[in-house]
Amino acid sequence: MKPAPFTYHRPLNIDEAARILADVAEHDGRIIAGGQSLAPMMAFRVARPQHLVDIDEIVALDVLCIEDATLRIGARVRHSRFVPGAIAGPTGEIFAKVMPNIANYSVRSRGTFCGSLAHADPASEWCALATLLDAEIIARSVRGERRIPVSAYFDGAMSTTLAPDEIIIEARIPVLREETRTGFYEFSRRKGDFAIAMAIVAFGVENGRITSPRVSVGGAEAYPRRIREAERALDGAAPGADAFAAAAEAAAAAVDPMEDAVTDAAYRRDIVRAATRRALEQAMQ
Amino acid sequence: MNAKPKGVIGQSVQRIEDRPLIIGKGMFAGDISFAHQLHMRIVRSSSAHGVIKRIDTQAARALPGVHAVWTAADIPEMGPIDFREGKIEKLEPYRQPVLAIDRVRYVGEPVAAIFASDAYTAEDAADLVEVEIEDLPVIMDARAATGEFAPGLSSEAAVITQGFGDTASVFATAHAVVEIDVTVGRHSGVPLETRGAIGRYDAARDVLELHGAAKVPHKNKETLARLFGRPAAALHLFETHVGGGFGVRGEIYPEDILVLAAALRFGGAVKWIEDRREHLMAANQSREQHHKTRAAVDEKGTLLAIENEFWHDQGAYPRTHAMRVAETTCGILPGPYRVGAYKALGHYRLTNKTPAATYRAPGRYETNFVRERLLDAIAAKLNISRVDVRKQNLIRSDEMPYARPLCVLEDDVSYDSGDYAGLLDKSLKAIRWDELQSELAERRKRGELVGVGLATFVEKSGLGPTDGAHVCVDTTGAIEVITGGASVGQGFETVMAQVCAEALGVDYRNIRVVHGRTDRIDFGIGAHASRATVMTANAVHAAALIVREKALSFAAELLQSEAATLDIIDGRVIRRGESEGPSITLGEIANHLRPAAKLRRGREPGLSADGWFDTDHQVYPYGNQIAVVSIDRETGAVNVEQYVIAYDIGRAINPVLVRGQILGGFAQGLGGALYEEFLYDERGEPLSVTFADYLMPTANEVPKVDVIISEDAPSPRNPLGIKGAGESGIAAVGAAIASAVDDALGSPGAITRLPITPQRLKRILNRLASA
Ligand SMILES: Cc1cc2nc3c(=O)[nH]c(=O)nc-3n(C[C@H](O)[C@H](O)[C@H](O)COP(=O)(O)OP(=O)(O)OC[C@H]3O[C@@H](n4cnc5c(N)ncnc54)[C@H](O)[C@@H]3O)c2cc1C
Repeated sequence: MKPAPFTYHRPLNIDEAARILADVAEHDGRIIAGGQSLAPMMAFRVARPQHLVDIDEIVALDVLCIEDATLRIGARVRHSRFVPGAIAGPTGEIFAKVMPNIANYSVRSRGTFCGSLAHADPASEWCALATLLDAEIIARSVRGERRIPVSAYFDGAMSTTLAPDEIIIEARIPVLREETRTGFYEFSRRKGDFAIAMAIVAFGVENGRITSPRVSVGGAEAYPRRIREAERALDGAAPGADAFAAAAEAAAAAVDPMEDAVTDAAYRRDIVRAATRRALEQAMQ
Repeated sequence: MNAKPKGVIGQSVQRIEDRPLIIGKGMFAGDISFAHQLHMRIVRSSSAHGVIKRIDTQAARALPGVHAVWTAADIPEMGPIDFREGKIEKLEPYRQPVLAIDRVRYVGEPVAAIFASDAYTAEDAADLVEVEIEDLPVIMDARAATGEFAPGLSSEAAVITQGFGDTASVFATAHAVVEIDVTVGRHSGVPLETRGAIGRYDAARDVLELHGAAKVPHKNKETLARLFGRPAAALHLFETHVGGGFGVRGEIYPEDILVLAAALRFGGAVKWIEDRREHLMAANQSREQHHKTRAAVDEKGTLLAIENEFWHDQGAYPRTHAMRVAETTCGILPGPYRVGAYKALGHYRLTNKTPAATYRAPGRYETNFVRERLLDAIAAKLNISRVDVRKQNLIRSDEMPYARPLCVLEDDVSYDSGDYAGLLDKSLKAIRWDELQSELAERRKRGELVGVGLATFVEKSGLGPTDGAHVCVDTTGAIEVITGGASVGQGFETVMAQVCAEALGVDYRNIRVVHGRTDRIDFGIGAHASRATVMTANAVHAAALIVREKALSFAAELLQSEAATLDIIDGRVIRRGESEGPSITLGEIANHLRPAAKLRRGREPGLSADGWFDTDHQVYPYGNQIAVVSIDRETGAVNVEQYVIAYDIGRAINPVLVRGQILGGFAQGLGGALYEEFLYDERGEPLSVTFADYLMPTANEVPKVDVIISEDAPSPRNPLGIKGAGESGIAAVGAAIASAVDDALGSPGAITRLPITPQRLKRILNRLASA
């Protein structure tokens, strides 16, 4: 469990980081942020980057604020920053609901939001939330800056359209309308484990009818995705057991669940159903 | 409860061993280092079964900082690893070599060893070793057709039988026959501290040392001295602080032999610290058994006979325990119940998994699950309550001692004392069994899946035959107790100090307890199978009483009183009842007993003594556990809402420590019941080699437990009445939770396999829903 040898870089600003990464990317040079996914993989020697570019010294990446109705999350922002009240409104609420479900205290105080997006674990809560909220990923390299909509970002389990020389410097998220309701539910064997499946929802209620429903399911497939079938089942319906059951059923039917040695597709589908309904119920509380 | 003599025995006094642990000055294996030590890294098989075609170590040897690379060919003199209790003819050819010879039989089997200047270089070098293996077919299920361990050697290494009475005729005529087919999953003790071993050859004294020993240093010393051909005085083992034992730590593994062989050959120190991934594929695993069990009963549910055939999944090799777990399984399965006739037939099968051995409550966690499943099945079949079926079969206190023609650890089973039904009543009362039934019924009506389950069990502890201890008072009055015991964190020092303090009449905090050092005492039983307090404490007690006699007889002369009129209070000999009268301290007496002291006058020098405790039989504590659970219908998750553990320990030296043992054991039992499992794919690749896959319950998952410690049945087999405490908390958790989950499902017998994972339970729920 000792990592293979590597060279360590600690740039002081984004440009320098981009330059170093451009040089080392082809030797599997990588960004290290919180190290909470990368370091374990290196300890197992599953990852053997020859160079590590640590972005922890770059103060400019600390940004966490709402500007022009957009939430900006810099690449140095840790999971633990998203405590209740840190961000205003329903956007802040859903971040705070989700955050305690990620890992444990020590991981949360090191791991970063953008690192989770870069790592793209199928069961990453932040990836599911970014999907729900139509996040935009801001990628920088010596070639310039690119804005990747989340819908064009993931392309497989732990795989994204980010180029090896690109750094995520920030995620930008349009904030939810003030009266939006949000809900989250995930199921894992133990508290803090990666979830077997999860659902995050957001919707408004006007005149007793659901408006602008969003349902994001994570953990079930290679990467999280909005489940339009479930959203359609909700749109215009009266919030309550019937609509929620229909949406849950639609979500369960829509996913094509991953299988592994202990969890078959049928079970994951059952969890998607339960998680979707429970997230919707939570949103009404 | 019998009247307790007042004194420090029976008091929940603070532990004396905690200070270094609390201030971060503990000395674990990883903390031990010697100048110029080499670091060892093991190259392990990545194939579950195959023929070694080629091992190329050239690139590894060429790496700067690498001192040597060994394969089996480099250590021809290091024979396979012996069994702890000596030669077992039948199993000899199955013993594990130190490094694989010709064949590998599990993923993780040591194939080569790197010795390098630091742990990083050693791991880099290990990556450079090329091992070419031609795969052979694997056996991944102990029930599957047997294969060959080696040409001419069946993978069924042994068949074990025990029993009494004519079961066949009982079954032929019984009112009813109840049959179950159940499986206990593969899991094991997973201490926070992984294994570690530091071998050191001290050329100046010609002594070979092993640091990082645990559990059974003296036994291991015997085995290692034989293997290395060294006299007893030329090889010593040293225990460190131990971050959890649980059965897996402290056995002799290939790595222990390698660090010693290398220390000897290179003439220095060699350090090996296991990493977690290695631990989860190389340290002893445990538990996996499949049982087909049937009972013959009369119309009231009286157990007339039990037949049990089981398949014990030993993994790739027998380890130091040989067949102990399988044998214990045969001997202890009937547990606390009377049974007219009994037949056990165990298939001791080798498979291509990590080898197995003991884990806390070996053979009992398994059989408690099997037997209590059987009792529940009888209750269901005859439509009687699960409490009644147990009560009428429990051995009564007027039947004690209760011998049965079975054998556990080469010891004839004879339960020494107990009121099994009385203790069950205490638990039923604690959980409010009757009210609980209606509360649960009410909740079920509202659609909840809730249930209660129970299990009763008898433990075994205090295996003899003997242990000794040395107690010595120095001239300042400080006391040293030298034992051959071991501490795996259970509070050993405190308990020994309490027993010594009470016998001698001193403050327990003024006592130092030595353990785990073969250079201080020649004999010792270590700490395993809940025996330290029974055996070692009774030996300490005996030694302390002799020292007391010596002190009193000397003081009698000095104080011109009859020894019988004297007492020792706080280390001072006084006339009984006269705390202000003439007195002499133990330190002063020790001073007068110095070899050159004038007043000694022919007495044996020193205020010290050896004490021994011998016993013919083990002692049998007993208990029961009750679980209340609810099931999440949609996810299959089990939530343990309430839990009661009642345990009769005979006499608790330190109740808080007993409680700690029970609670810690419970957490592990919960792991085996709901979370922990070593899984393998069909090719023998282990799937549970990180803590993300091998799920130990954490503080979030472990519920509050009500512990009832009772002292109704002190053991008649030792002067202090002690029975062991180490394994009761874990012993019946799988059994009780399975019973409760069945109840919650409203489907007796639904649970046939541990652990009850949400995935498996959801499958059962879906099946029941569609039925
Ligand atoms: C015990 C444990 C439990 C966990 N449980 C959960 C859980 O329940 N849910 C969950 O979501 N996560 C979980 N994690 C993972 C954790 O959340 C990680 O922190 C997160 O996945 C990655 O963030 P990081 O900052 O640590 O990234 P790092 O580990 O530093 O990097 C991860 C990967 O992303 C790349 N990367 C990081 N930052 C950037 C960037 N700015 N630009 C480009 N590439 C970048 C790295 O090169 C690397 O490939 C767990 C981790 C542990 C150790």
